[in-house]
Amino acid sequence: MKKLIKLVPAAILVLFISAFTLNNTTSNGYGIGDVAKDFSLKNIDGNMVSLADYKDAKGFIVTFTCNTCPFAVMYEDRIQALNEKYAPKGYPVIAIMPNNPKTKPGDALPAMKKSAEEKGFTFPYLMDEGQHVYPKFGATKTPHIYVLEKTNKGNVVKYIGAIDDNHSDASAVKVKFVENAVDALLDGKDVEQKVTKAIGCGIKV
Amino acid sequence: MKLNVLIIVILLMTGCKENSKTTPVNEEITKDVASHTVNTADVELEIYDFAGFEKFLNKKDNKIYVVNFWATWCAPCVKELPYFEKLNTEYKNKNVEVILVSLDFPHMYDKKLKPFIKEKALKSKVIVLDDPDMNTWIPKVDESWSGSIPATVIYKNETSKFYEQSFNYEELDKEVNQFLN
Repeated sequence: MKKLIKLVPAAILVLFISAFTLNNTTSNGYGIGDVAKDFSLKNIDGNMVSLADYKDAKGFIVTFTCNTCPFAVMYEDRIQALNEKYAPKGYPVIAIMPNNPKTKPGDALPAMKKSAEEKGFTFPYLMDEGQHVYPKFGATKTPHIYVLEKTNKGNVVKYIGAIDDNHSDASAVKVKFVENAVDALLDGKDVEQKVTKAIGCGIKV
Repeated sequence: MKLNVLIIVILLMTGCKENSKTTPVNEEITKDVASHTVNTADVELEIYDFAGFEKFLNKKDNKIYVVNFWATWCAPCVKELPYFEKLNTEYKNKNVEVILVSLDFPHMYDKKLKPFIKEKALKSKVIVLDDPDMNTWIPKVDESWSGSIPATVIYKNETSKFYEQSFNYEELDKEVNQFLN
């Protein structure tokens, strides 16, 4: 009962925030303009990783992804390419695996390590142990991208959605949503397309 | 074999994308279907881009349509398919029709989708939606849809409800009944 009473103000707060956030696409989780809370998650190398560790970063490409979703797999090379292009410019990729590995053994830590090695990931690939982080973001599927800009008030959500507009064929892509967003931020401009939609695998709880 | 899926293959003229370039994928479901053992010559797919598909969301013939978005690679989708099948059978004479909209990848049509349709002997109407420009069409299905599947639209004429969730039979039954009354 005590717990329930505690939850009531939290629920009201969530409702309040979501009601007054622009472009908020889900009833909970971050919308555009919200400050993303930092987290501390275990990387595949065993070290804990937080956004605060990246002292020189200008922002982040937070990517919810996994090994077992065919959409996520189709985007692996493009996620790696994003990190190669934007980490040196101050926008590293931070990949987070949100699935429950008990439900989805193919997403357990050894499998994550294996994919990272095979694909030569140069970004951290973090396990959302206990699945506490993805609901804060409001991620619903893999892949699901959040571009954050580091500001005085914290890491502000500037873009939510897909990497680009063609999952199955990288060479047929017409609009690179994430690249456009990060390029705009690097130029000190507003992100034009702030929210995009794509089919993805629901996060396994 | 009374398969409801035998109609015309509509070749999409625009784009004519080569899908041979796609990376091989880890399929979520592999154990259910052994493609080499199934002769799928008699399974023909009805394939649409979104412009062609949209009519299935806008029929105004007093019928209740249950439109389920799924794929063979989506484990929770495959799990709930039998409930949609059951619904389609049990409500057939109550003016309810289930439409199963596959979002399988084109390079898996022959390898996975056709054997799946045949092996499971799906009785509901199966159509295939192949339109990579998801950012354009997903909001047209429903503004609130983030894009995760399974997802379902139930509608009758102008009244429509969208569900970005998995169903069991009881839940599905309950929702459809709201449209019946």
